[in-house]
Amino acid sequence: MKSRFIASLLLGTALTFAAGSIAFAGDKTVKIGALSDQSGLYADLGGPGSTLAAQMAIEDSGLTAKGWKIDVISGDHQNKPDIGTSIARQWFDVEKVDVIVDVPNSGVALAVNNVVKEKNGVYINSGAATSDLSNAQCSPNTVHWTYDTYMLAHTTGQALVKAGGSTWFFLTADYAFGAALERDTTAVVTANGGKVIGGVKHPLNTSDFSSFLLQAQSSGAKVIGLANAGGDTTNTIKQAAEFGINKGGQKLAALLLFLTDVKSIGLDIAQGLNFTETFYWDMNDQTRAFSERFAKRMKNAAPPTMVQAGVYAGLSHYFKALDALGENPHDGVKVVDKMKSIPTEDALFGKGEIQPNGRTIHTAYLFEVKKPSESKGPWDLYKLVGSVPGDQAFTPLDKSACALLKK
Amino acid sequence: MQALYAQLLVGLINGSFYALLSLGLAVIFGMLNIINFAHGALYMMGAFCAYFLLSIGGIGYWWALLLAPIIVGIFGMVLERTMLQWIAGLDHLYGLLLTFGLALIIQGVFQNFFGSSGLPYAIPDQLRGGMNLGFMFLPVYRGWVVIFSLVVCIATWFLIERTRLGAYLRAATENPTLVRAFGINVPRMITLTYGLGVGLAALAGVLSAPINQVRPLMGENIIIVVFAVVVIGGMGSIMGSIITGFALGVVEGLTKYFYPEASNTVVFVLMVLVLLVKPTGLTGRAA
Repeated sequence: MKSRFIASLLLGTALTFAAGSIAFAGDKTVKIGALSDQSGLYADLGGPGSTLAAQMAIEDSGLTAKGWKIDVISGDHQNKPDIGTSIARQWFDVEKVDVIVDVPNSGVALAVNNVVKEKNGVYINSGAATSDLSNAQCSPNTVHWTYDTYMLAHTTGQALVKAGGSTWFFLTADYAFGAALERDTTAVVTANGGKVIGGVKHPLNTSDFSSFLLQAQSSGAKVIGLANAGGDTTNTIKQAAEFGINKGGQKLAALLLFLTDVKSIGLDIAQGLNFTETFYWDMNDQTRAFSERFAKRMKNAAPPTMVQAGVYAGLSHYFKALDALGENPHDGVKVVDKMKSIPTEDALFGKGEIQPNGRTIHTAYLFEVKKPSESKGPWDLYKLVGSVPGDQAFTPLDKSACALLKK
Repeated sequence: MQALYAQLLVGLINGSFYALLSLGLAVIFGMLNIINFAHGALYMMGAFCAYFLLSIGGIGYWWALLLAPIIVGIFGMVLERTMLQWIAGLDHLYGLLLTFGLALIIQGVFQNFFGSSGLPYAIPDQLRGGMNLGFMFLPVYRGWVVIFSLVVCIATWFLIERTRLGAYLRAATENPTLVRAFGINVPRMITLTYGLGVGLAALAGVLSAPINQVRPLMGENIIIVVFAVVVIGGMGSIMGSIITGFALGVVEGLTKYFYPEASNTVVFVLMVLVLLVKPTGLTGRAA
């Protein structure tokens, strides 16, 4: 009787420890899920390049030499929130993914945000623009790295209003991202004494913009704000040139433009466009060195876009946090808290910090597309015209609607 | 009111692409009984062909208008000879599935090599600029697209409906055995017809290259609209597809003006309405 009691006591203790070790097991394994648009209109700015950036972050982290086992898998959300969330769920439940990175397309990004929170994973979003990720829909599991609509509105938008663009007409992609960008830019325009006199919403992935451009043209607005991205933006810019919009005295504001977009439009048409990015490959020796290594491994020898750079930098910072923790606790909130406690500093974005609402702040740069005569190489496309410090470019904490700040 | 006229004109311009593409589809369906789902991919190949001709061979837009349809047309004929002819006698569904698969493969290959954001192709110098019509600024190139596609559409219609060759073709689809008995090489005619339909798609691709980016997925969206055009016009009806192509372009343009959010769906709403009232399409005859 006594021996049975001791045996069951021992068994009970063993089981408690076993269960405990499953729930709180810290180990040195990490699985990364690069969730992106692999085949649609945002594939070139994120897609396979983001997976490569994640791979390079692993290699450069030095953690494998310290005995860590880190893997990366990739998935195609096809710009559909339902597909994005089902991949994310499957990754957490079956593949035991710890961290999801990239996720362009604000609609998908916000949907995945909820899944990551529910599963207590880590979410380092680099591809999506909506400022809601660190505002109304902020989450203790999310870090929003590269850029957002607030920043785009307060740099490009503000610069254009100050340069005399007092009346605006918006061409807006009809989903979460377009709505957020139009909302944030409208706020900047009106705050600076400008006026929004009209706008039109177009479906995502439209090929012909002539009808919308005609409406923008006949509105007489001084600035036509493009609250769209990727293939939609390139088509709009190209067709705007065709309809003589610039020659008619109206200015195009490409609120969001990526390296691959400029390349795709060609310098002939894109020259002179002003826009904002937080990373450009040709900024300094460090960015050039990284970009050279990156381009060598890309099929089309393209340097990284700011989204891909953000995947690299965000993950590198994540690895720093893990290194500081000494192990992977498989507890998203704990890791993100650690990430927030360490100032960010990397070769691509420079110094910055992750604010309590999950927003990473770093310097934003105003660029202008070079003239064909100024360009010295296939990817020599931008010239720097100004920079805005991170604390001025991104949402100030006292204006953030994030519930995490009200604790 | 001025804006309305402008939208009508812009609709007509888009309609030119719909008409050219649906014309090719109608020719292929009318003569071969194949629902050619690869049409969008072949349209994209036309645009890429123009891009390659320029970037590799230095051959400009005007020659591309002639050469790209021929090159892609030959590719189409190879497809017909190696694959499509084996399913000629089977149900439409097999042709549809086969060409759908082909479209995915072609698009996938191009995307693998050229990414998704597209390649630039400039408007030829002679067609740059535009004119002020009073109610809108019309880019010369767009005006050229409307006129050129109208001419091509009418020429194709004339070829099929009014010439001896066209008569053979139509006869061959009605009764191949009988036509063969007259000593006419029916399989060759069918191959050439498929080549013609594919060539029309490629031609639309070349026309579209300076307006849209040359992108691997450029055919993916347009093909669905074009199918709706063909269905509304009446499957296989040449004139039906031309008229419906232009008309739907206009309807779509007007929707973009009055209620832009619906511009991607208005064509399908119309398709449903037409199918409910007249299942054979506006100009189609019951099989």
